[in-house]
Amino acid sequence: MLTLTDDDAAIAGGRDGEGAALALRLVAETGRLLGADRLVAVASAHIDGCLYHGDSGTEFAEFLVARGGRVRVPSTLNVGALDLMRPGNVRLAGARRDMALRLMRAYEAMGCRATWTCAPYQAGHRPALGSDVAWGESNAVAFCNSVLGARTNRYGDFLDIACAIAGRAPRYGLHLSDNRRASVVVGTAGLSDALKRKEAFWPVLGAWLGRTVGERIAVIDGLQGFATEDRLKALAAAAASTGAVALFHVAGVTPEAPDVAAIMAVAAVERLALTPDMVRHARALLSNATGDAVDAVAIGSPHASYDEVGALELLLAGRRARVPLYLNTGRHVVTRLEREGRLRPLTEAGVVAIVDTCVVVTPILSSAGGVLMTNSGKFAFYAPGNTGHAVQFGSLADCVESAVAGRLVRDEAGWR
Amino acid sequence: MTPTILFPGDAEGELLVLAAPLSFWGGVSWETGAITNARHPQLGEVVSGRILVVPEPVGSSSSSAVLLELIRGGRAPAGIVLGRPDAILVVACLVAREMGWPAPPVLVVAGCERLGAGRAGIADGRLTIPA
Repeated sequence: MLTLTDDDAAIAGGRDGEGAALALRLVAETGRLLGADRLVAVASAHIDGCLYHGDSGTEFAEFLVARGGRVRVPSTLNVGALDLMRPGNVRLAGARRDMALRLMRAYEAMGCRATWTCAPYQAGHRPALGSDVAWGESNAVAFCNSVLGARTNRYGDFLDIACAIAGRAPRYGLHLSDNRRASVVVGTAGLSDALKRKEAFWPVLGAWLGRTVGERIAVIDGLQGFATEDRLKALAAAAASTGAVALFHVAGVTPEAPDVAAIMAVAAVERLALTPDMVRHARALLSNATGDAVDAVAIGSPHASYDEVGALELLLAGRRARVPLYLNTGRHVVTRLEREGRLRPLTEAGVVAIVDTCVVVTPILSSAGGVLMTNSGKFAFYAPGNTGHAVQFGSLADCVESAVAGRLVRDEAGWR
Repeated sequence: MTPTILFPGDAEGELLVLAAPLSFWGGVSWETGAITNARHPQLGEVVSGRILVVPEPVGSSSSSAVLLELIRGGRAPAGIVLGRPDAILVVACLVAREMGWPAPPVLVVAGCERLGAGRAGIADGRLTIPA
């Protein structure tokens, strides 16, 4: 039974305007059907509803704007369907382009920050450990819960902005400490240190994790000393693509899991031991193309960090890509690269910077299809359905070597 | 079994029982209502106008947006039966109601994966299957 506070009820009754009342009704109704006992105040929001999926989303956003809907807490925006800095990158045309732009502008008009990135946590939006927030975008939700230790459920389209305007979320699921404990323990003692040091191991681990645990919460052991923020980001994104993973723990690394025992659920714990064969199999599943053709390369899902661009530059080492090498990133990274004079050399090397959006959510890649190579588990998962491209998965180094050679070049050492 | 009403309303249509989990986002065309996920066993089936039975709700939270677009275009399922409570599809119905667009009823019916083909109705919060 959901109980509203006097303040909640006043908002629902229209004290703060029609937009706020509508938002609070949506949050409360959803809370009721999910079995929440009350609403919880949120410290921030990350909004995923700004990506165009048809005119109804634009009409809803403009409906809220027209009724005075304004976000009550700091709110960042996920990608839209357009690259606002370089509009020519996206082929979306006519009425759809207009509606996609109107959608993005409506979210800005509600007071959201124009971050346009799926990695808001690397664009300055880092809620505190233990704080309640309302985030959308599957990778951002998984990162926020797992790596930052802030608390959110997977708030999807409409509920994300409703929570931001109401400043509240239903108190259920991952807002509650007891629901954040791991019911699956994943051991990695059977894997070599060399494998754990590979950057491409992390999205492969994520893809396996999501497929294996689905919605359950896992704690992974044995990765102490190998994890970096960008590796955890790749793990989170892949796990949230192949499964509905909103939270995982890495023992000795992520903030709620100083060790396995500290975060284990009391009952019903399943133990799984990863083997090199399981990792190889999960890696193979990320590619579905045959032969050595590569028509384009895409990195940056989630959006590439400043450090990841640095790694790209080192691997390119002044060489030129023969096929388009799409660098999907945020304006928080691109403006810094521009300021440092590093964007032009990248462009001259055949790198196409895509900002505010990415190659799997809007028409950027050739409509003729072909083979896309990527180091992202999330791109590998979504590209076939969303872009019509077959996929080759490899490390960042494999991606760069393939882009330079214009055909598949993949280092198999260490995976066998 | 007493169904739980997640979103009220009446409906009638042919049953379409999903044989495998399906995310609306990336799995159902918001323009035609057809199942487009190439890995799904019911690829090409159309959800529009059906009593869509979803034994295991899964999927991207952007599925709400796909359902809202289907509702606005008159291509939504006539009614939705879920195997367990899930907010993603219901949120689209709640938003549609605010926008003044007629939205399909949503029920939770345990064991709904055992439903077969044929016509079915939803009335007074109950699922009815003519003999």
